Amino acid sequence: MSATMKPKISFVTTPRATLAPRPPSAQPAERGAPAVDVRRFSFAYGERRVLRNLEFSIERKAVTAIIGPSGCGKSTFLRSINRLNDLIAATTHEGDILVEGRSVYAQGTDLVALRQRVGMVFQRPNPFPKSVFDNVAYGPGLNRLVPKRDLPDLVERCLRQAALWDEVKDRLEEPATGLSGGQQQRLCIARALGNQPELLLMDEPCSALDPIATQRVEELLFELKREYTIVIVTHNMQQAARVSDFTGFFDRGELVEFDDTERIFTSPAHERTEAYITGRFG
Amino acid sequence: MTTTLASESVTQPPAPEPPSLELASYGDRVFRWILTLGAVSIPVLLGFLVYELWVGARLAIAKFGLEFVTTSTWDPVAEQFGAFPLIFGTLVSSVVALVIAVPLSLGVAIYLTEFAPKSVRQPVAFLISLLAAIPSVVYGLWGIFVLIPILRTGAFPFLRDAFGFLPLFQGPIYGPSMLSAGIILAIMVMPYIMSVSREVLLAVPDTQREAALALGATRWEAVITAVLPYARSGVIGAVILGLGRALGETMAVTMLIGNRHEIAASLFAPGYTMAAAIANEFSEAVGDMHLSALAYVAFLLFVVTVLVNAAARLLIWRVARGSGVGSKAL
Ligand SMILES: Nc1ncnc2c1ncn2[C@@H]1O[C@H](COP(=O)(O)OP(=O)(O)O)[C@@H](O)[C@H]1O
Ligand SMILES: [Mg+2]
Repeated sequence: MSATMKPKISFVTTPRATLAPRPPSAQPAERGAPAVDVRRFSFAYGERRVLRNLEFSIERKAVTAIIGPSGCGKSTFLRSINRLNDLIAATTHEGDILVEGRSVYAQGTDLVALRQRVGMVFQRPNPFPKSVFDNVAYGPGLNRLVPKRDLPDLVERCLRQAALWDEVKDRLEEPATGLSGGQQQRLCIARALGNQPELLLMDEPCSALDPIATQRVEELLFELKREYTIVIVTHNMQQAARVSDFTGFFDRGELVEFDDTERIFTSPAHERTEAYITGRFG
Repeated sequence: MTTTLASESVTQPPAPEPPSLELASYGDRVFRWILTLGAVSIPVLLGFLVYELWVGARLAIAKFGLEFVTTSTWDPVAEQFGAFPLIFGTLVSSVVALVIAVPLSLGVAIYLTEFAPKSVRQPVAFLISLLAAIPSVVYGLWGIFVLIPILRTGAFPFLRDAFGFLPLFQGPIYGPSMLSAGIILAIMVMPYIMSVSREVLLAVPDTQREAALALGATRWEAVITAVLPYARSGVIGAVILGLGRALGETMAVTMLIGNRHEIAASLFAPGYTMAAAIANEFSEAVGDMHLSALAYVAFLLFVVTVLVNAAARLLIWRVARGSGVGSKAL
């Protein structure tokens, strides 16, 4: 089993340093500091409290899995990190989340800059009905991250990082909607990488994919975590165990347990965690 | 136990399902025939219509041929007819209408689907679609008594002062004019374009908006770069619907356009449209040639409408590649 998880394709990953230089303010905080710091964070849709007093940190350049029963607030948590929940009326929050040391909820937070630094991959592939190229170039074009003439290079790098380049290099100008579901999802990952983010949020990215496409995305995570911090929500225990370094178990909006993935899956500290991962509830 | 069950099922007469299936398939067949008949009757009717127009126009076609389209004389007494001003007026008034109506209705549709408070969306959309229910003669009256006085004393002089260097806004101001007709047409087609574009925008999945926002787009950028491109073929469909209405609109136009068989560069000058000319002159047509000329005009109106729609549809097909909302529905 573990043998199949080793990436079979040789990825040509470009070192981060060759990407366009960041403005000094966007340099990641000093090494060792957590990539995401959740500080007594609570969240409610109107009267309905969905996240309660979360407090934990997510390590840089590692894969952190969030697991938990349906409706426990996993998606809400992810969408709190890039403030996508702002779209929904009458939401309230307490506490704060820091991404690379900077507050997400402080007054005057630049949402555009935040969302450029925090990429998101959704449950269902949602490419734009544009060409493959334009999908990946969307973020950097919008945020003017690189000069226009450098876009082709950036697009190629992102597609290579998403292990999609070989499949689409001859059809960059064709509509992205013509790709298969698995290819579309990897394109969405490439699109998120186009923004040169620090953090990648993935909300059940494989739930709409077949097993082979799922495996390819999982293999991809091993490559991506060399350069990016990844938070992945999954309802698939095996997937969490396979791909993640750390696992957080959510239940009813609370963080029940957060630890090394190995510890969570071999000797969880809480009975609820054990019940969940052994399939006795959820 | 099992054997009795088996024997029972063998000895039992055929279950009631097969006959009912038969009946259903009989019903299906009848239904299909009715539908096929309906579907076939529409092209047949259309063909009949074209044929009738052709027959009615035969006299004029024989006498003027294709020159009818390019000449501008309209003299019933001398029995000299040319429809160029009518074609020109129809196209220009419709274009003016779209130039005004498309940005406005698209703006309203975007506001209602993307930005307006939830409580405002439904009522405003309902009120605007109510505008489509007002009879066109009412628009015409409103145009004569309210719109034209405002335009003649306010808007037109202002336009002439500000943009008088353009031939479009030169010359004397009467009131009834190509521009007045274009404006009333714009007001009349707005509800259609607005309602259809609103439906199309509502059909854009939220995941598209979220994709754009999560990549750092502002709300406006998400609309411009993700929502509208996704909805583009549907929005073009909405515009075509409006154009179709504008080309054929008769009553309000004839009340506001001035009804003169003339061609002028200025939008302040009166003009005429094909539909308006037919409606006005048919009842008091003198002689067979006049009648025949009007039938020829009707035939041309039909041709122009078909051509414009075909061209627009071609545009949709070209634009719809990559697919989005509405491309299949159109
Ligand atoms: N837009 C919303 N408005 C109100 N309640 C919501 C909304 N989205 C999610 N919820 C509620 O919040 C809870 C957590 O949802 P979610 O974060 O999607 O859970 P998960 O991703 O873990 O399945 C659920 O009970 C859900 O019903
Ligand atoms: Mg979820």
